[in-house]
Formats: sequence, structure tokens, C-alpha cells
Amino acid sequence: MTTITWRYRGGVTVRAVAAIGGGYVFTSIASALIALALPMSRADAVTTATLLSFVVYTCIILWVFATSSALRACVGVIASSAVLGALLWFVGRAA
Amino acid sequence: MKDGLRQSMAWVHTWSGLLVCWLLLLVFMGGTASYYRHEITFWMKPELHKAAGAQSIITPAQSTALALRELQERAPKATRWTIDLPEERNPLILATWQNPPKKGMTREERRDAFRKQNFSLDPATGLQTAAPRDSRGGEFLYRLHFDLYYMSAIWGRWIVGVAAMFMLVAIVSGVITHKRIFKDFFTFRPRKGQRSWLDAHNVTAVLALPFHLMITYTGLVTLMFMYMPAATKVLYGTEQNVMFGEVFGNAERTKPAKVPAPLADLAPMLAQAERAWGVAPARVAVSHPNDAAARVELYRPSGKQLSNIEPSMTFDGVSGALLSQTEPVSTTLAARAAIYGLHVAHFADPLLRALFFVCGLAGCAMVATGALLWGVKERQAYAKVVAKGGRVGFGVRLVDALNIGAIAGLPIAFAAYFWANRLLPVEMAQRSNAEANWFFIAWGAAAILAQIRPTRAMWRFQLMVGAVLMAGIPVLNVFTTQSHLGVTLFGGAGLGKVAAFDLVVLLLGALLGWAAWWLGHKAKQKAVAKQPASKTGTTSNMEAA
Repeated sequence: MTTITWRYRGGVTVRAVAAIGGGYVFTSIASALIALALPMSRADAVTTATLLSFVVYTCIILWVFATSSALRACVGVIASSAVLGALLWFVGRAA
Repeated sequence: MKDGLRQSMAWVHTWSGLLVCWLLLLVFMGGTASYYRHEITFWMKPELHKAAGAQSIITPAQSTALALRELQERAPKATRWTIDLPEERNPLILATWQNPPKKGMTREERRDAFRKQNFSLDPATGLQTAAPRDSRGGEFLYRLHFDLYYMSAIWGRWIVGVAAMFMLVAIVSGVITHKRIFKDFFTFRPRKGQRSWLDAHNVTAVLALPFHLMITYTGLVTLMFMYMPAATKVLYGTEQNVMFGEVFGNAERTKPAKVPAPLADLAPMLAQAERAWGVAPARVAVSHPNDAAARVELYRPSGKQLSNIEPSMTFDGVSGALLSQTEPVSTTLAARAAIYGLHVAHFADPLLRALFFVCGLAGCAMVATGALLWGVKERQAYAKVVAKGGRVGFGVRLVDALNIGAIAGLPIAFAAYFWANRLLPVEMAQRSNAEANWFFIAWGAAAILAQIRPTRAMWRFQLMVGAVLMAGIPVLNVFTTQSHLGVTLFGGAGLGKVAAFDLVVLLLGALLGWAAWWLGHKAKQKAVAKQPASKTGTTSNMEAA
């Protein structure tokens, strides 16, 4: 049996939190942004954005586990959420 | 993660799959059964079988008039009447009604009361059929599929949603990790231990991959506004109901005028709808009957479109004038409805429905072989320890036990549910709840026994119990009903589905029996191969197969 180090366990835990929790936050912000940005009727926009959200969520989860280090994964999720969040705030104010 | 995309995706595939596979198996089995939920419900109410043997000879208008007369008598003050007219999947005229909620009634009490507010008419004579036994039939399995049981529906839906998301991640990462997806599709190396399990997993997963991917994604879409509320929040704020109205086209709820008024004749409305659709309506709903604000809604039968939202027409219940009908929706909204429709497959004709059912079974096989594969792989790490008489790790033992409890235990639970339907006294109070309880009693017993002794003998025992219970259902039918295979195979067209149910469970039972036999056969072969060391230890050693 290969021994599993605490460092490795920590890395997996961090990634799991980043993927499931961070990924959900990122997805929520992204789908809200898509909903606001789409030049469609309200009902069409909310439907399209929500339909796409599961694709976004899947991609971000896979990226978190595919990227080279747990730290990168964390920074990536937080930074991209922050950028999109700022954009959402901006668009939301303009709208 | 580890080096390389493929390796890290393999890791994600393994763990996202393993963590939820036992729950997924329940969801897959419940969903697969739900393709035939009306047929299962019908099978579970044998009192109705006699009436269904006959052909419907009265027109939809006559059926509606007969049901309305009975509803007038039984529930003149109801808030809503619903009449389902006979069609391909429903041989009888079914009527239900909703009473205005009484003060102080809990949700559960209201639901219990509603379950008793129904009757069915024989389409050949227009007379009431014998009162069927209290059973939720396929409805229980359908709800179990996404609401679970013994908890609030909301909790169940979130739990199933999280599992479905894990599943989606497992499927996509599984595809990425799969270098030779096309080649492996044609690869099966039987009797090669781990490799055979891997091939079996690949074949069941890849063969029906479009189905698995579709069913997982569309499953999430059925409840997407609950799982992903962010877009709704920014566009509608707290007015979720407005969004539902715009997206789903839900008819706005009208309030009663509290002024009595006679209900108009429904025959002209039915004729108008039939002229417009080329087919008679399948469902008639009357809101606020005998009130000045009465509304009549007519629904087209399913089977003509992917969308799950059937076109409907709304009439004024007093004047009989057409008020509104389903308008064509935007492409986006039509796409959503079609995606939803794909999941529930109301459009499917018998052959396509059977194909969906088989794909669902392939999904069960994919989940089961994947779960087994983990144990098989993991146990190899312990091969030396076990050879020296040691024990496998806690994780392997736990997974083995959970595998037995789910893969072999769930068929027992389903069979127990059907047995309870036939054996519990017909007059029993809370009978439908008792049937559901038996599902979980049987499953719980199987799961606990598996935890106590997760051995190969336990695999064989539970598979055999499942086989006997499943295959025994047609036999049980002979002793408990008038509509067993000897009658249904030669009976009218309406009884075909009862016969089909019996034949399918017989086949599933045979399959389980074959699995049990195969395990025993392997054990014997192994004992012959290495004669002295044929002591079956604490584990099932399925990898040797």
C-alpha cells in the first residue's frame, strides 16, 4: 500500500471545497451574469442561463481537480469569482 | 492533482462515482421503473383488471358526462375535478377531486385525504369499478426516484440533486480519462478478473453513454430553478412565481366568485378541442365547479411532441366560451420543455419506451460494475496481506458490504414492495404506507446483513433471495389474484400490460438467479484450481472470478 501523506489529504480536502463550494459560487455568479447579458426576453434569458449553469459547474469542478496544485485551484476559483462578481455588480448597477 | 490530465480525471471519476454510487443505484432503479409507473400502478390494483379487459365503447364525451355526474354527487363543493379519459396507457376513466383545505389540517393529512378522493369507471359499461386497494403503485417508485422517503421532499430533492451532479462529473471525467472509448466499446475479455469488470463497466457505460449523459443532465434540468436560483434572483428578484408563470406557462389560478352557477355542457368543448388537435383530449379539469368563475381545461394526450407541456384549451365553465389556449412558446422555452420531456419520456411509443427501460437497466449495470470495480482494484493492494491470512482494510470491507446491500439488496426491496402489495390485508388501515415500509424493511435487512458478513456467501444468498422473490411474483399472482399469467396472456388487450409486468419480473428474477449461480460456479472452479487454500475468508474475493 502506498502511504497517503497528510499533505496529500489536505490537498484533496482543499480541492473538494474549492470544487463543490467555490465552484457553486462561481457558477451562480456566472449564470447571473449570463442571464443579465443575454439580449433576450426575461424568461428566455433565465432559462438559457440556468440550463448552461450545469455545464459551467461541471467544467469548473473538473478544472479544480485537473490543475497542478491545490493552491492554484483555490486562487483560480476565488480570483475568477471575484472578477465575475465585480462585473456582475457593475452590470447590475447599469441595468 | 496527479501528473497528467488523464490521471487526474481518472481520480475524479473514481471518487465522484464511488461516493454516491449506492444512492445513484436507488435513483437509477427507481427511475427505470418509473418509465412504467402507470403500468405498475395498474398492476398493483388487481381489482381494476377485470374492467380493463374490455374495450372502451363509449365516446370521450359520454365518459366525461358519466364521470361528471358521479363527481356532482360525490363532491359538488370541490375546488377542482380532474378526469382522465381512457387512452393507450390508461384503460379506465379515472376521476379525482380536491376539497377546499380544512383549517388545522397538516400537509400529510391533506395528502392522505386526497388519496382517497377518487373513483374509476369501466369504459365498457360506464359503471363504477370495484374499489381498488389502497396502494400508491408506481407513484411511490416515481417519487422515491427524486424525493426519497421518510424526509421532506425538498431535502430529498437536494440530496438527489447533489448525487446527480456527482454523476455528471463522473461521466464527463470518465469520458476524458477514456483513451480508447471507441475501441473499448468492442472489447470484452471475460474471465480475466479485474479486466473483465473493467470491460463490463466500459461496455455498459459506453454503449448507453448518450443515454446516461442525457438522463443525468436532463434530470438536473427538471429541478434546475431550485438547484441554480442565481439567474432567477437577478432577473426576477423574489418573484419566483412570476418566473414560473412566464417560463412554464402555468395558468394563473382563479378564485371562486362564491356565486352559484350551473356548469355548462362539456360536449361542445370536447368536440372543439378534438377538431383543433385531431385527437380527443386525454384529461379534463374543472376548477371551481358550480361557481360563476368555473373554468374547464382540456389537455391533449401525450405522444406527439418531445415537450412535457401538453397543449391545453381553457373554457369558461358557465358560458362554455373558449377563453385561451396554449400559445406557441419561444425556441428557448420550447428547448427547455423538450429537455425536460426527454427525461420523463412521455412521448415514447411502446418500443422506444422499452429501449429507455433497457438503457435505464444499463445505467444500473454501469453503476453496479463501477462500484464493484473499485473493490476489485483496491483489494489487489491487499493481496499479499490476505494471502498471509490477514484482513483487508476497513474501506474495502465497507464498500463490499455496501455493494451487496445495494446491488443485491435493492432488487429484494423492489420485490418485497410488490409482495406486500399482494399479501397485506386489503382492508388494512394506512395500507399504502405499509407497502412502502416493506420496501425499506427488506432493504434495511439486506443492508444490515451485508454489513455483518460481507462475504461471497452473502452475495449468493441475497442474489438468490432476490431471484426467488422476483421470479415468484407471477406465482404469487396465481394465488392472490384473478389476473395471473394464465389469464392475462390470453385475455383482452387491456390486460397485456399485466402480463408484461409478470414476464419482466420473471426475467429479472432469472437474471438474478443466473448471477447467483455464476458466483457459486466460480467459487467451485477456484476451489478446484487451488485445492488446499479454498477457505473463503472474510471477503467475497470477486476479483478472482
